[in-house]
Amino acid sequence: MSQEVKIISKRFDDPKAATLDGYLASGGFQALEKALTMAPEAIIDEVKKSNLRGRGGAGFPTGMKWSFVPKQSERPKYVLCNADESEPGTCKDRLILQYDPFSLIEGMIIAGKAIDSHQGYVFIRGEYRYLFDIMERAINEAYRAGYLGKNIRGSGLDFDLYAHSGAGAYECGEESALMESLEGKRGIPRLKPPFPAISGLYGGPTVINNMETLATVPHIIVGGGEWYANLGVPKNGGTRLFCLSGHVARPGVYELPLGVPFPRLLEVGGGVANGKKLKAVVPGGSSTPMFTAEEAMGLNMDYDSIAKAGSFLGSGGVVILDENTCMVKFALRIMQFYRHESCGWCVPCREGTNWLHLALGRFHAGGGREGDVDLLREVSENILGRTFCPLGDAAAMPTLSILKRFRQEFLDHLAGKPCSCGVSGRPALATH
Amino acid sequence: MADNPTLVNITVNGQQLTAPAGTLLLEACRSAHVEVPSFCYYPGLSLQAACRMCLVEIEKMPKLQTACTVVITEGMVVRTDTEQVHRARKSAIEFILTNHPLDCPVCDAGGECELQDMTFKYGAAESRFTEPKRHREEQQWSPIVYFDRPRCILCYRCVRVCGEGMDVWALGVGNRGVAASIIPNHSDHLQCEECGMCIDICPVGALTSGPYRYKTRPWEMKHVGAICTFCGDGCKTTLGIRNDQIIRGDNRDKSGINGDFLCVKGRYAFDFTQNPERLKQPLVRVDGELRPTTWSFALETVAKRFQRIKSAQGGFGVIGSTRTLNEEDYQLQKFARRVLGTNNIDHHRTADFPALATALAARTNTPGTALPLANSSSLKTAKAILLVGNDPTNQHPLLAWNIRTAYRNHKTRLYVLNSGDIKLRRQAFRMAVIPAGGEAAAIRFLNGEADSVPAELTMVGGPDPKRWPQTPPSVPQKIAEGLQDFRARLRQEQDVIIVFGAEVRGEAVRELVAFGDTLPGNTRYIALADNANSRGAADMGLYPDLLPGYRPVADAGARAHFEQLWGGTIPAEPGLNLPQMLAAAAAGKLDALYIAGANPLRLHPSAAEGLRKAFVVVQDMFLTETARQADVVLPVLCSYEKNGTLTNTCGEVQAQKRGGMFEGAKSDLAIIHELAELMGCGFGPAAEDKIFGEIRANVKGYDLSLVQLLAGRSALAAPLNETVAHRDDPELIQPNNDTLFTAGTLGRYSTTLNSVMERRLQKESK
Ligand SMILES: Cc1cc2nc3c(=O)[nH]c(=O)nc-3n(C[C@H](O)[C@H](O)[C@H](O)COP(=O)(O)O)c2cc1C
Ligand code: SF4
Ligand code: SF4
Ligand code: SF4
Ligand code: FES
Repeated sequence: MSQEVKIISKRFDDPKAATLDGYLASGGFQALEKALTMAPEAIIDEVKKSNLRGRGGAGFPTGMKWSFVPKQSERPKYVLCNADESEPGTCKDRLILQYDPFSLIEGMIIAGKAIDSHQGYVFIRGEYRYLFDIMERAINEAYRAGYLGKNIRGSGLDFDLYAHSGAGAYECGEESALMESLEGKRGIPRLKPPFPAISGLYGGPTVINNMETLATVPHIIVGGGEWYANLGVPKNGGTRLFCLSGHVARPGVYELPLGVPFPRLLEVGGGVANGKKLKAVVPGGSSTPMFTAEEAMGLNMDYDSIAKAGSFLGSGGVVILDENTCMVKFALRIMQFYRHESCGWCVPCREGTNWLHLALGRFHAGGGREGDVDLLREVSENILGRTFCPLGDAAAMPTLSILKRFRQEFLDHLAGKPCSCGVSGRPALATH
Repeated sequence: MADNPTLVNITVNGQQLTAPAGTLLLEACRSAHVEVPSFCYYPGLSLQAACRMCLVEIEKMPKLQTACTVVITEGMVVRTDTEQVHRARKSAIEFILTNHPLDCPVCDAGGECELQDMTFKYGAAESRFTEPKRHREEQQWSPIVYFDRPRCILCYRCVRVCGEGMDVWALGVGNRGVAASIIPNHSDHLQCEECGMCIDICPVGALTSGPYRYKTRPWEMKHVGAICTFCGDGCKTTLGIRNDQIIRGDNRDKSGINGDFLCVKGRYAFDFTQNPERLKQPLVRVDGELRPTTWSFALETVAKRFQRIKSAQGGFGVIGSTRTLNEEDYQLQKFARRVLGTNNIDHHRTADFPALATALAARTNTPGTALPLANSSSLKTAKAILLVGNDPTNQHPLLAWNIRTAYRNHKTRLYVLNSGDIKLRRQAFRMAVIPAGGEAAAIRFLNGEADSVPAELTMVGGPDPKRWPQTPPSVPQKIAEGLQDFRARLRQEQDVIIVFGAEVRGEAVRELVAFGDTLPGNTRYIALADNANSRGAADMGLYPDLLPGYRPVADAGARAHFEQLWGGTIPAEPGLNLPQMLAAAAAGKLDALYIAGANPLRLHPSAAEGLRKAFVVVQDMFLTETARQADVVLPVLCSYEKNGTLTNTCGEVQAQKRGGMFEGAKSDLAIIHELAELMGCGFGPAAEDKIFGEIRANVKGYDLSLVQLLAGRSALAAPLNETVAHRDDPELIQPNNDTLFTAGTLGRYSTTLNSVMERRLQKESK
């Protein structure tokens, strides 16, 4: 049945891979040995050739990001791993943390060599406290075996790596807020420009990548950029971890080539649970605009195809919604999250998510009024594109897509008709 | 900053604009009178891009951009007047108002609130938000600072002005999202400098002040731009007056030399004017007791007694004030010299201005040119500053603010030579901590060629032994190396402003000026004196040996000039100084002591007994320890109740404008004139402008533009440009060492200052 292509996930079934011995036994650190002999530009070229794009959300070409880092710098340069994984629907980085932490270490050392940085941090989401110890253990083991620290494996390369735990804020996954948090400050984003490649952590040039992005790098170095690129489709190299959740028969994390048609992905997950009909799909985490079933069934799961269809491949969090889902309630649940996670720095996001959350709650509970649907749309539009960081967009975009694609459901609520979840007219869930 | 910044051309709403490279788009627009509304943007503070009020369209950019953060680039095409921009502004206001209580009718800021104004201009006519608003109780954070979270729009101005501006960092942001809130540094209260900067910078009524809140509506007050009567910096404080009473102090129009800065005293300590202990009637000693009487009786008593003593060729002493106006000081010394016929006149000295004047005059052989004195705002752009002694954060809050501003905006290199661990060390490029009293030796070292540092400067166990804990033998070596490095670096600087406190006096001042002369470029000076008109008292000649403008009494030509002007003779011999007068009184050698606005017994308590031997007249607002010994006490108006001029410690002359009024008291000027009249030596009408005219014409350096002064601007007085001999009396210089919450005698009568100190003591003892 498996149409999976296991590259990043190849060690997920190997309980020993989280130890140094197990990692070495399964081919670990071969990429590093190779990278140690390569010039920094050659490493960056290889990553460019692979068409690897960031797995954190924005899908920015990784090789290009690395090439923005200036060669000379007065301040130290840094490599950061974004393991804040907090986008609803996303649960892939934690598997890497749990089953293959050394691949991240290896990827970060290679990134360090590529940009001439000697220090890295892994910023791990606060709720992943239990995985933090695994990471620390792996780092300690790597130090003991000479894979980290001074003069790595006698190569003359120095690289120090530290794990750091977040404190439970979605916003700290935004790269500049992450750096603020890492520096011990309040987790709010920074004004850009300057971008991290020029001035990031402690003002030094910084590469920040998602954990999956960095863990992919060793495979590219071993297999070659071209090999990796060819696994996917043009400009969308390789495979990625898709996190299937919602009303799907076998929820879980599946590795598939980029460009895989959505129906295949759904099939890998065993189709819609309980033989229900598909109603809607979130393509890349809760902040991406959603699709109706019809739209989704015609999609290819790569960055460019999804963008063309009006949404984002994002963090790879694919949420399947069946015919019984109340879209009003779904919009409410999403907004509850964003209101809770807004850092509060800027006005439209702070006040807008609060407004939308209260209004959606009232609306879903049966207190809807004439004009509410347009009001919800206008408030969302007033957030969109006007906030300090993309979190505001992340709250507005899915809401707008729901209002547009499922407007009738809202009107039905307003008319007091029983909705698909059958609970119209009374509170469906606690919304605080 | 380059002297000739390149210019950049942009187009705003079809109009061509030119502005220096590096200008923010918002500033460029405003300079061309294109309005871009803003809340979080505040000139001089870090950029936030938080309120989203300033969004504009920029060609080739897909999204609206914040004009407060975008730096203009050549050819940029901007629109601020499109439908999209209007909608964005309207929606920003709408969002802000969702959780704003709209309690404008009872809000202190009502009528002078930026949110009200913006809503009026850019907001929607009706509110679409019908959900419940968040409510949170108001909090008192200190005797001064109150916080109403529901009104707060989270523009972070308060956080930044307290941190970046004041370097106090007492405010922060707690929580997140819609629950985010400004929070004080000690969970439920503030431990801070109580300057009120945060309150006045708040665009809405979220931060309010204990002294002012719920007192009045702003439109019920008339606003008078006065000069603060406390320290020697001369900040403008705009007094809000209702029914002749001062209700508020602030500098909201930012028009003084202080811009928007004021410290706790300038903003709140005006309340001494309403202190219940204030004297409302003259007092005359009858049967050993001070009894209330009428003005005419009191003045006649004084005039008759003075006249009698004068006829009997008895001795007089006169002590002037450091808070009275220039016109009053000038007339007071005229009264002493011309009417009482004595040079026994002095004031409480806190800086050695004569030494600086002589040292500077001695070195310039180009008479007629202004002396190299720096004004307060030149500190803001100085390349390098040498600060010797003093603690400006406490004693010269405005100058400290200007120094911090210079450091923040221009990376100005500050060299601090001090015996204490003063707060400005945080901005110091080099700091040398020397033993107390070592300033003169340190200056000698700076000015000398010897590489060896004198042992007196490297004594271990300086002001704070905790600072030199280990390995004592190496410490003197370290200190010596530090001083050598300090000197080496300093000698490379040019256009240095040298600022010095009371620790530097007499010979040390001359040595310091000699050192300043060796530095490249244009070295300028500021001598730091404590009180609002300390400098004015010196310039106006409240000295036993110096006439107005530091002209020696001993100089026949100078005497002749004033004798002709005043019609009469001036004794040729210099008189007694302040301690000498007190001693003479105790020895029974002074028959009368006339003390106008001074409290010498505060620093010389043992002289109390001696005073009883003379006929003592005291002019004051309160029954101070000196007034208690007087035979006649005449209640006076304070600085805020008079017109005239004041000279700050840098020499900036500013007009004082009458704000409040106080029934029962008279101005020192009126009293001096009435006494002169009663003694048959009339000075003419007590008209400040006429007297200032005389000062302009006869006190060197005061020939200032009247227009400028009346327009509320300052003019720098550089009083001297010729060599003079004067008596060095370094031991007479006694600084008050005030803190932010004390101000000589006057500070005791401010309820606000007292409440701040009491609260601090309570919190500390907990
Ligand atoms: C509100 C917000 C939350 C984010 N959370 C995460 C996250 O949890 N993990 C992540 O890798 N990237 C997250 N990102 C994206 C990062 O800002 C950044 O683009 C990413 O770490 C870059 O890595 P990549 O190029 O490898 O994708 C978030 C962005 C925003 C705006
Ligand atoms: S959009 Fe604004 S309030 Fe929301 S998370 Fe970003 S900076 Fe914070
Ligand atoms: S009163 Fe002054 S020192 Fe205190 S919090 Fe406000 S700005 Fe900071
Ligand atoms: S208290 Fe005032 S100045 Fe401070 S953030 Fe709120 S609105 Fe702005
Ligand atoms: S003024 Fe520009 S965002 Fe506030």
